[in-house]
Amino acid sequence: MSGTVLSIRGLTATFPAGGGEAAAVAGVHLDLRAGEVLGLVGESGSGKSVTLRAVLGLVRPPGRVGGQVLWQGRDLRTLPEPALRRVRGGEIAMIFQEPMTALNPVLPIGLQIDESLRTHTDLGRRARRDRARDLLDLVGIPAAARRLDDYPHQFSGGMRQRAMIAIALASEPKLLLADEPTTALDVTIQDQILTLLLQLRDRLGMSVILVTHDLGVVAQSCDRMAVMYAGRVVETGPVAAVFERPRHAYTLGLLGSVPRGGGPRLPLRSIEGAPPPLTERPPGCAFAPRCAFATPRCRAERPALEPVGPDAAAACFESARVADARGAA
Amino acid sequence: MSAPILEIAGLHKRFRLERTVVDALRRRPHPAVHALNGIDLAVRRGETLGIVGESGSGKSTLARCIVRLIEPDEGTMRYDGADIRSLEGAARRAFNRRVQMVFQDPRGSLNPRMTVRQTLAEALSVHRMRPKAQIPARIAELLDLVRLPREAADRYPHEFSGGQRQRIGIARALSVEPECLIADELVSALDVSVQAQVVNLLLELQERLGLTVLFVAHDLRLVRHLSHRVAVMYLGGIVETGETEALFAAPQHPYTQALLAAAPDLDPARRHRVPAARGELPSPVDLPAGCPFHPRCPHAFDHCRVEAPLPRPTGTGSAACHLLDRVPMPATAPLPQKEAAHGL
Amino acid sequence: MTAVGLAPARARRRPSAALVAGLVIVGASLVLAIAPHLVAPYDPTAFDYRALMKPPSWGHPFGTDNFGRDILSRVIWAYRVDMQIAVFTTLFPVVFGTAIGALVGYYGGIWEPIFGRIVDVVITFPFLVLVIAIVAVLGPGLVNMYIAVGAVGWVFYARLTAAEVKVQNRLDYAAAGKVMGYGDARIILRHLLPNTVSPVLVYWMTDMALSILLGASLGYLGLGAQPPAAEWGLLIADGKNFMSQAWWMTIFPGVAIVVTGFGFSLLGDGVADLLRPES
Repeated sequence: MSGTVLSIRGLTATFPAGGGEAAAVAGVHLDLRAGEVLGLVGESGSGKSVTLRAVLGLVRPPGRVGGQVLWQGRDLRTLPEPALRRVRGGEIAMIFQEPMTALNPVLPIGLQIDESLRTHTDLGRRARRDRARDLLDLVGIPAAARRLDDYPHQFSGGMRQRAMIAIALASEPKLLLADEPTTALDVTIQDQILTLLLQLRDRLGMSVILVTHDLGVVAQSCDRMAVMYAGRVVETGPVAAVFERPRHAYTLGLLGSVPRGGGPRLPLRSIEGAPPPLTERPPGCAFAPRCAFATPRCRAERPALEPVGPDAAAACFESARVADARGAA
Repeated sequence: MSAPILEIAGLHKRFRLERTVVDALRRRPHPAVHALNGIDLAVRRGETLGIVGESGSGKSTLARCIVRLIEPDEGTMRYDGADIRSLEGAARRAFNRRVQMVFQDPRGSLNPRMTVRQTLAEALSVHRMRPKAQIPARIAELLDLVRLPREAADRYPHEFSGGQRQRIGIARALSVEPECLIADELVSALDVSVQAQVVNLLLELQERLGLTVLFVAHDLRLVRHLSHRVAVMYLGGIVETGETEALFAAPQHPYTQALLAAAPDLDPARRHRVPAARGELPSPVDLPAGCPFHPRCPHAFDHCRVEAPLPRPTGTGSAACHLLDRVPMPATAPLPQKEAAHGL
Repeated sequence: MTAVGLAPARARRRPSAALVAGLVIVGASLVLAIAPHLVAPYDPTAFDYRALMKPPSWGHPFGTDNFGRDILSRVIWAYRVDMQIAVFTTLFPVVFGTAIGALVGYYGGIWEPIFGRIVDVVITFPFLVLVIAIVAVLGPGLVNMYIAVGAVGWVFYARLTAAEVKVQNRLDYAAAGKVMGYGDARIILRHLLPNTVSPVLVYWMTDMALSILLGASLGYLGLGAQPPAAEWGLLIADGKNFMSQAWWMTIFPGVAIVVTGFGFSLLGDGVADLLRPES
């Protein structure tokens, strides 16, 4: 892993809602290195999916996006639309949660791959068909040549997801944005797809941002992770380090909410309350109302994302206390 | 935990599909989804039984058959000795009082046009749980029981979050004071932190009220956390049962092994780079001959393609696999032990 | 564990412009239907040979017809008949159609294909043709018109209700009711129908507007209300021979039809907005 390929600074995305404005993303800072898999973790309403869409310029009016998205030195937010379209699906590709809605149901898979190849490569018709078949092979769809003419509904859930990955890979992207790609799949199929993504990362040298709410998926497939809460990144770091010693109270609570084989049938450490509504954030730290470590400073002042280790950062004034607390029940 | 309170034997359910005109003219039989293929199960009073499986396993169909939302084609179900399938009228309503269900979908499981009070009062009055004058007090008690504020009574479902709606569903089920609660994917549609809240509630209620719980889910971690015993289902059959820790430590059936290995481990140090199970889930319309798992099983041999295995006893339960006849199965994949050191 | 907090109660929705406008128009129509004698300046049947086919003036804002009758008064008095038409042509279809539809939607089974074939037969024929055929057999007149429309019109309500009930019946709250041991009657009446009533109500409002048109059409053809009753269709029929000399004889009843129909339509929209379940 070498240099930073994607650098997001102060990304915001606001939507008009009920007379006011809802800030789905309220200031995200993220770095992604070449060839790494970054897990973007959060629950519903944390803004993780909107972040991905904002990166690719997929947020349409009346939504408004602000901030900076530096991809290989260029700010995607200031690119004119034709140039952005070349990046989208070309250098940066995206896969989604529900293949049945993300794929065009009336076009054969081969044609959908062909579309991407035509837009982003110079290959001739014959070459495109061969490449499409190779792509289906690459993602592990048996009898690839025959399946090129099948429609999405003729594939099973896992196969559809593989087909979607094949379309995304057509242009040999350097960055793959994956929005909950396995949430809708069964466990054994999820396992296959995640393994496939990692194999592809190794073979093609891609970087991946994997959005998920499943901490197990993060543990199994991500190198680094970023935890989002109420539209902001509250903690980042290498996966093993964050799991071992979380530095933000929300991460601590999240890890505690998942049964980890300590004492069955004991109450899980749950987080009381609910995230703040997107239209009305509390003045200080958004998590303070639910936080066991909150101090008056936390309620008044919003903590910025500060480094707390060699490769880690947390937006918490009490991160030292949180780090020590993981042992206590 | 003692004698079985719920006994199921030989349960079958097929859902018929439409034939094409051509097939009808050729008098071919209707294709059918084989949702349940011979289920035998015993649930002991006071225990939490986790029923785990992926799509097409039939676990939801099984849950709905028990409460007679779906009528099985064959087989018997006995609750406390009485045959569930033959209950009618007052006896059936009495059964409904004793066995209740909570559903998966927080959006659709509450009548959007009824307030919480109306929903709970209806249950209380139809089953004559309390005299009319005491109903408001009982509603307040039920809301306390599921840790909702009392003002919730006069709100409509759309004014609540997903986790709160699940609590209301639990309150509704508990209003008739059941002995047995069937939770059909109760927390699957909720966020992780909200899941934890509802799971804790369920644990507490089970302790306080001495409930027998059937916890149907696909999330292995939750099932392991909540259940005394676990039954693993695949394509309409139960492939393995056993006490929770024994089953998770040393699964005997190859599907259970694959399922446990596939479930993403929360320990980043333990990663596998080869998928735990190969192949796709076969369609429940076209079941493989012999053992339903044989097309994907790494240990399948000739006999597996021919004859469907019957459950054989294992340490704490049973497993339906021909391999058990040969050699005792070691645990093939390293599985997470209880991580007391981490304490979380 | 502390109790989980609730969001503050949401404010009630304000009535929409459509609802208010619809209520005003329909309300005014009802007033005119109930008490036309309070509003109409003249007796609708009074002939006045000195004022035959006079154009609109201060004395006769809508002009007079070929018998010297004041058009305005006749239009107002026609409200009584046409509003009755709106209500009575739709009442039986709504009640009977909803009941049948609820049963078909809930129980399904062989009733679905049987009902489906009935629907197929009814919608194959143009509605107006069917109604005219039945009235032709029974004889002209308002009551026979009600019978004719009732015999055919219930099918549309039933189809709508059956589809909605079927959808609602699949949701978990219906399953919860069954697991609670509630009887079928309770589930249909207390749980399913209240959640299906909105599209039916809207359709009913629109249907009333269309019924007025139907009544007017049949009146025009001589198959509905009979002369000398004041009914908009009849008024238009009366005036059709004098279109070039006395346009006001046909235009003003036509305007009344349009405005009243529009009012019902708006009311339907407004009610739909009001009843829309919040998500």
